[in-house]
Amino acid sequence: MATTGLRGIAGYLLKSLTRLILVLAAVSVISFVLVSESPIDPVKAYVGEVGLANMNQETYAKLEAYFGTNVSPAKRYLNWVGDFARGDMGQSLLYRQPVSTVIKEKFGNTMALMLLAWVLSGVGAFVLGLTAGVFQGSWLDRIIKNYSLVLASAPTFWLALVALMVFSVWLKIFPIGFSVPLGVSSSEVTIWDSLYHLILPALTLSLAGNASITLHTREKVIDIMGEDYILYARSRGQKLWPMVKGHVIRNVTLPAITLQFASISEIFGGSVLVEQVFSFPGLGQAAVRAGIGGDAPLLLGIAIISAAIVFGGNVAANILYGLIDPKIRRRGRDA
Amino acid sequence: MLENGKTVLEVENLTIRFSRYDKGLRKSDLTVINGMGVSVGLSELVAVVGSSGSGKSLLAHTLLGILPSNCGATGKIRFLGETLGPRELAELRGHQIILVPQSVTYLDPLKKVGPQVRNDRKDPESIQAQEKLFDYYGLKRETANLYPFELSGGMARRVLLSAAMMESPRLIIADEPTPGLHLSAAKKAMANFRAFADQGNGVLLITHDLELALEVADKIAVFYAGTTVEVAPVKDFGSAETLRHPYTKALWHALPQNGFRVYPGSQPYAGDDIKGCPFAERCQMAIPACGGDIPTREIRGGLTRCLQAV
Repeated sequence: MATTGLRGIAGYLLKSLTRLILVLAAVSVISFVLVSESPIDPVKAYVGEVGLANMNQETYAKLEAYFGTNVSPAKRYLNWVGDFARGDMGQSLLYRQPVSTVIKEKFGNTMALMLLAWVLSGVGAFVLGLTAGVFQGSWLDRIIKNYSLVLASAPTFWLALVALMVFSVWLKIFPIGFSVPLGVSSSEVTIWDSLYHLILPALTLSLAGNASITLHTREKVIDIMGEDYILYARSRGQKLWPMVKGHVIRNVTLPAITLQFASISEIFGGSVLVEQVFSFPGLGQAAVRAGIGGDAPLLLGIAIISAAIVFGGNVAANILYGLIDPKIRRRGRDA
Repeated sequence: MLENGKTVLEVENLTIRFSRYDKGLRKSDLTVINGMGVSVGLSELVAVVGSSGSGKSLLAHTLLGILPSNCGATGKIRFLGETLGPRELAELRGHQIILVPQSVTYLDPLKKVGPQVRNDRKDPESIQAQEKLFDYYGLKRETANLYPFELSGGMARRVLLSAAMMESPRLIIADEPTPGLHLSAAKKAMANFRAFADQGNGVLLITHDLELALEVADKIAVFYAGTTVEVAPVKDFGSAETLRHPYTKALWHALPQNGFRVYPGSQPYAGDDIKGCPFAERCQMAIPACGGDIPTREIRGGLTRCLQAV
């Protein structure tokens, strides 16, 4: 069984890798087309209106060469692909550093933010959805359902602004923004400082993603509570908690995994907004800057990394599914 | 337990009401079962027959305590001679009174069969008891390590029987245990229930398959629109004349070997606020008094609720 299982996983990974390459190619082409067709003139965006007016012809030509606007888009893209294949993601035009360096620096921040938000939202949504579903129709269910409906309809950036106003401006519990305290040299920043700056953005992001997962989990739990095997367990005198533990949680795990991993892309999207509002220096903020400033190499780099992470999440969900669902796990053995 | 009575189970005058919301917020009660009664003696297999909507599953759900929460049941339930309140009933449930469900969907799809049969007990005695039962029903011991989706229909039926027998019950409630089974498999299932009853226990077999019920049961209770219209020994189903209630006679005539005749009309809906005999509007023998209270009468060793029965 173990060999067929491992071979199955290896085969699956190989197939996924092929798909990943295709997805990344598509993402890079689309991002490139979008950024090169964008009406923003990167040179103008870089130096500003006034700067442009005071600039002589020679400097302008130099900047055009720097941003590559004088080279045909197809050629620029092919250059980029060639470099990327050799492991060189190019130079960020705005940060004046290699793209890989910029991403490396922002990646940690975004990952910390997303992981914390993802875990918080996942655990929270699971507990809330389970409670609401098991006690369907009770006041507890009604509170959870309405809370989720309100949150699900609230835009993420608005939520972030409200959180910032309430907790940072009025209550002064959390810092106003950034990932580290201002005016402190980076060597003096402790992990607690970083955590302290992370909590509010992560909470906001988790709340935004949490609501829809709660509602979906609730629906699944209600479905399960109506299943024959729950009726049977009750007829055998099983008490509520053993029944929830033994049957409901077990059966809601698979759909919950799907929901959790599918929410990675949503959290990624939300992180762009949350990072903007909290001035949190992560990938999302860098992506916005790159998009507005016409920094094609950086934007492409970030798009590729994001797509790879979301894709990786879905692959992980599928592998977990195979490990947990006995119908998939035992298929190879009986054949 | 001292067995002073002759019956395992007696249900008297069971009435079940659903409360529901009509248009807007007006709450109304809906009587779905009215004055239902049935009894199961020691070593007796009683079949409850009736079409869907007759309330036979609700009877089972009442006994097993799995009625929906907006349901209220009143009436008298006696088990081995003792009158049971809801609390005593809850204690017996799953132990002395047990459900044998109809199909594999009553097993958790993500859990191995063994622990489900043992109701999650892991002690050596329970494991031994479970293995003994698997031996008895001709299941391989490895069956315990299978998931429900790996069971065949026949295996599933025996697994569900084993789960019931783990508790050494005195009363089995079998809710439609045969649909989807081959005739031979259905007969085997019936033989298992018969054998259990013959050991001095009771079986309440809930089914819409009158023919199959006639082969194994001692008594047939006929339900119609939420009430018991007749309880008759199986031998009375030999001819229409020995039966008492016009609805039972109509059922008899509808059997393929007895003419396959369809009786005109259909069962009234629960909540149509039936007064008197629910069959009166279809009955050719109906008299004005049928719209009033109909007492249960004992005629020739059977029970019926019909003013005209002789």
